[in-house]
Amino acid sequence: MEKFACEPCGYVYDPAKGDPDSGIAPGTPFAALPDDWCCPICGASKDMFKKVD
Amino acid sequence: MKKVLKNNVSWVGYMDWEIKKFHGDDFTINHGSSQNAYLLEYDKTVLIDTVWTPHRFDFVENLKKEIDLKKIDLIIMNHGEADHSGALPALMAEIPETPIYCTAAAVKSLEGQYGQNGWNFHVVKTGDSIEIGPGRTLTFVEMKMLHWPDSMATFLSGDNILFSNDAFGQHYAVAELYNDLADQCVLYQEAVKYFVNIVHPFCIFLSKKLAEIAALNLPIEMIAPSHGVIWRDNPAQIVEKYALWANAYQEDQITIAYDTMWEGTAKIAHALAAAIKEASPQTVVKIFHIAKTDKNDLMTEIFKSKALLVGSPTACNDMLSSVAGMLSFTKSLRFRNKKAAAFGCYGWSGEAVKNIQSALKDAGFNVLEETVKSFWNPTEETLNQVPALVEALLKEDK
Repeated sequence: MEKFACEPCGYVYDPAKGDPDSGIAPGTPFAALPDDWCCPICGASKDMFKKVD
Repeated sequence: MKKVLKNNVSWVGYMDWEIKKFHGDDFTINHGSSQNAYLLEYDKTVLIDTVWTPHRFDFVENLKKEIDLKKIDLIIMNHGEADHSGALPALMAEIPETPIYCTAAAVKSLEGQYGQNGWNFHVVKTGDSIEIGPGRTLTFVEMKMLHWPDSMATFLSGDNILFSNDAFGQHYAVAELYNDLADQCVLYQEAVKYFVNIVHPFCIFLSKKLAEIAALNLPIEMIAPSHGVIWRDNPAQIVEKYALWANAYQEDQITIAYDTMWEGTAKIAHALAAAIKEASPQTVVKIFHIAKTDKNDLMTEIFKSKALLVGSPTACNDMLSSVAGMLSFTKSLRFRNKKAAAFGCYGWSGEAVKNIQSALKDAGFNVLEETVKSFWNPTEETLNQVPALVEALLKEDK
């Protein structure tokens, strides 16, 4: 599954790991994250993420 | 000696006249600096931030002269970086049970730097508050990425002071403490240098955050940052400047930055400057030799510019390392809405100009196709490339 990087702080969302601190289970694709999900490091919104090549 | 700001609120920081570099060697300091810490003595006694590690013992000793440390009910760490938290271990050795109020990210930062010492952390979020005396409430506002993930500000109602930590700061030692008592030219030069080099990468957060703070309708009468002057005279002035600077700010300035081996690329730089000046006399044109110029000052000039011209000779199939380093720094500061172009001399292969163009594009500049490339030293013929570049540079974007 595709990883997405936060443009402002560089955090990478890895679907395999999810974001358990925000209640996102491992295996959740980036597209399936809730609209109000934000970067666990810097708080940037989903639209500030770019696909990692 | 503490210095009273207002009622029971005092400055207890460290005026650092000797400091010359900051963030290791990454930020130059020309007019001293301060690490501002504050003591609030109401029903509860509160310490906001500490000082940088080398001054930790002075800080603790000075604080002891003002109060019995055991009287401190809580410590607020607005940001975990060592220039604010450096005295925390020495202080906690004296008063180990004292609660520390900070963000969740600051706990990670403080434990990452000083180890897990069993400190009594109280994690706070935006809107959380503590009453510390009659009509005196401290309210916390998370300031993620302004300038690190753990940053926050604390507002004291009643005295209406915003302890903004690094936001609105400057590296500028002013023993008189206040903005209205400082040299205004130096103050704004230091404020903009600080903004560009420390805050600018996170402008996208800044506009939102300023709107969020405005929506809280805090009656801010004083902004007390963690470095430099305390804004008591029209504190809104620096907030307005931040709003302006965060919004793709530029002046009618063009900056030419180059390095040179045998003066050929320097000649092109000066020819470009003269041609720009002739075509657009009102445009401010500045030339900097990258290897001989303070990089933080150069970034500040690029920030103010509408365009950047970068020159380097080609050596070992690429630009000089000073130019590559400068472009890497430029990229990290995330400038937007600026034009750029490349120039340089070469003796055989000549990759520098193309590589500079590519690095400028990567750094978010709108890069012109026009270049000035010179096979060995510039001649009249080579300099014939100058007018086309200058014309493209000065052309108003539709």
